[in-house]
Amino acid sequence: MSNLIVLPMAVPVLAGIILVFFRNQVQIQRWISLIVMLANAGLAIYLLNLIQAEGVMRLDFGGWEPPFGILFVADSFSVILVLTTSVVAAVCLLYAFSSIGKRYENMFFYSFVNFLVAGVNGSFLTGDLFNLYVCFEIMLLASYVLIALGGKKAQLRESIKYVLVNVISSWFFLIAIAYLYGSIGTLNMAHISERIAETGQAPLLTVISIVFLTVFGLKAGLLLYFWLPGSYSVAPTAVAALFGGLLTKVGIYAMIRVFTLFFYHEPSISHSLIGVMAALTLIGGSIGAVAYKDIRLIVSYNVVIAVGFILVGLAVATPAALEGSIYYLMHDMIVKTLLFLLAGTMIAVTGKTKINEMSGLIRNYPLLGWMFFIVMLSLAGIPPFSGFIGKVLVGQGTVEAGSYVLLTLAFISSIFVLYSLLRIFLGCFWGETIISIEDKVPMKRGWLFPSILLTFATIGLGLGAEFLAPYVSDAANTLLDPEVYIDAVLYE
Amino acid sequence: METLITILTGILVTVATYLILTRSVLKVILGTAILSHAAHLMIMTMGKGLKSGSVPVLVDGQETTFVDPLPQALILTSIVISFAVTAILLVLAYRTYRETGTDNLYELRGNKHE
Amino acid sequence: MRTNNVILRAVVKLVVFIILTLAVYLFLSGHHSPGGGFIGGLVLASAFVLLFIAFDIETVRHAIPFDFKKVAALGAFISVSTGFASLVFGEAFLTQAFDYFELPFFGKTELSTVTIFESGVALVVVGVVVTIILSIVEDV
Repeated sequence: MSNLIVLPMAVPVLAGIILVFFRNQVQIQRWISLIVMLANAGLAIYLLNLIQAEGVMRLDFGGWEPPFGILFVADSFSVILVLTTSVVAAVCLLYAFSSIGKRYENMFFYSFVNFLVAGVNGSFLTGDLFNLYVCFEIMLLASYVLIALGGKKAQLRESIKYVLVNVISSWFFLIAIAYLYGSIGTLNMAHISERIAETGQAPLLTVISIVFLTVFGLKAGLLLYFWLPGSYSVAPTAVAALFGGLLTKVGIYAMIRVFTLFFYHEPSISHSLIGVMAALTLIGGSIGAVAYKDIRLIVSYNVVIAVGFILVGLAVATPAALEGSIYYLMHDMIVKTLLFLLAGTMIAVTGKTKINEMSGLIRNYPLLGWMFFIVMLSLAGIPPFSGFIGKVLVGQGTVEAGSYVLLTLAFISSIFVLYSLLRIFLGCFWGETIISIEDKVPMKRGWLFPSILLTFATIGLGLGAEFLAPYVSDAANTLLDPEVYIDAVLYE
Repeated sequence: METLITILTGILVTVATYLILTRSVLKVILGTAILSHAAHLMIMTMGKGLKSGSVPVLVDGQETTFVDPLPQALILTSIVISFAVTAILLVLAYRTYRETGTDNLYELRGNKHE
Repeated sequence: MRTNNVILRAVVKLVVFIILTLAVYLFLSGHHSPGGGFIGGLVLASAFVLLFIAFDIETVRHAIPFDFKKVAALGAFISVSTGFASLVFGEAFLTQAFDYFELPFFGKTELSTVTIFESGVALVVVGVVVTIILSIVEDV
């Protein structure tokens, strides 16, 4: 038992509540939120090292022993994601300080960011399937508010669709949980895994696994990504960056957890289906990324491509591929946030959203341009940036598993990513400048600084892959060997 | 009993699907509310039999057979969540109506290249 | 808009107290039998909503001068704090305790920290429900 592992969720909840009382003291709200995120990051690093020494940790709420009570379980995979979440959220907050505006800050913006982070961290850490649903809902409720906050026409219009899609997918989640409870009789994740392993994965359970796949497919944007570009492109930049970095990743986490812990017995059905869906996602996302001229839409479709890429790793499920997926998940959380921040900054300084309306920005804002260049290389997987190691490992995994179609699609999609971003780079940053010196909107330091931090993070993640390797390989090993997880939860 | 409730769930899902596919935002919201009730009934039927024992509430600490209490706890949590979601949706729909002057989803499609 | 709703007002004045009593009863009975903070809170909120319907908002606002958003936040704060309180005693998060006390009037009574948690839940429900109703009503 260690109360530490509840803090990444409980502290943001408490902070979010306290912030309501400081509605008009914006400075206090800012500092409390930032300190909470930084403290979470520090705690996650500490926990990560503790897990290497002591193995998977758990906390039974209220002292109710598993499988009866609800519990939090922290293994390397969860804690790595909690760490990345805290970093991303802290950077988005920094960006929000100078961009979001007083109207939002007085409407409990920081409270809802805290609740969102609490929901995300809770989803990563929980060891109970129904609790996962609850944490998902906390995260989604916060995101409903954040996406509609501001009340512009387009925002409200898109938010209704976003909420409806998520309500339906949550309903499927609930139904899937009900089916699973009806056939297995437990909701503790380790206990479910053990019982499925004992009785074998009957066809009924495989069908239930497909229902879960649909749910998480909707949440993560795997094949069912039709709602994603519209809703991500209307939110204000800081919120869009937070969504792009975090929300789909929780769906990916849940999918990886469910299909490595429960339903790993029939890979020829479930994992093949994931593979097909990932392939279609890569194709659809690539087409979307090159089809539009609106920067925000291109960036949103890049999120979709990354989802497909990460789940290629899950579909083949070899050790190397899973390690690659974990690396790429971390990389993508950081780089997608950075990409959304840069795109938002470009729109903020020019007032335009389409490629053909901007030109020659690099003359006015050189730093912005070169950071965009670095992001582009990083997303395309060029060493020494952070995307490289993930792509290589996923590629290695697909070769080991002999799924050359997935391999080809995954790497062709990288070319499409490179092309779609190069189009933005050539169209917006090169060429004749359209902004005269008098009209130039001064670049705020608060817009650049968060992006610089994340640029260093992507370089650091690329160069420091060696340093991260033990943690990531421990995470992949725990995923591949459910016994480790079950022993830690049920028999300690 | 289980069969009856399952059929009832089916009817509720049918009604909800019909409502969600209409164009009026308000009807769609009613549809999601009914959908969540269908899910709750479903969870309840998934316990160990609906009439296998008494209420899972301690009376004098005597009861020996009672129905599975877990689905009921799940339903209570889920009711709270669907209450919150419905409330948010209603406020959102109302604000959208005030802002755009329509509650017709067809007109809320929006211009793709806006 | 002024309508002649004498009957409604007269009834509401009486009924609100019955509803409030029922809310307290439901809240307290929640420990071992059906009831609890959520249901008690909902009934309590329905009393407020009834007041808003029968009298105009300004009058009720004047009589009950709370910011209901802060009521909700206070309730949530109380609930979450009971979780943190168990950390102070070195127990697992959200651990609750109970004991029997000899109280002067009630005799042997079971007191439990769950009641604190539940009172927080009740406040959240009241705050959220009234906030939603008010936010829709206000700009009609």
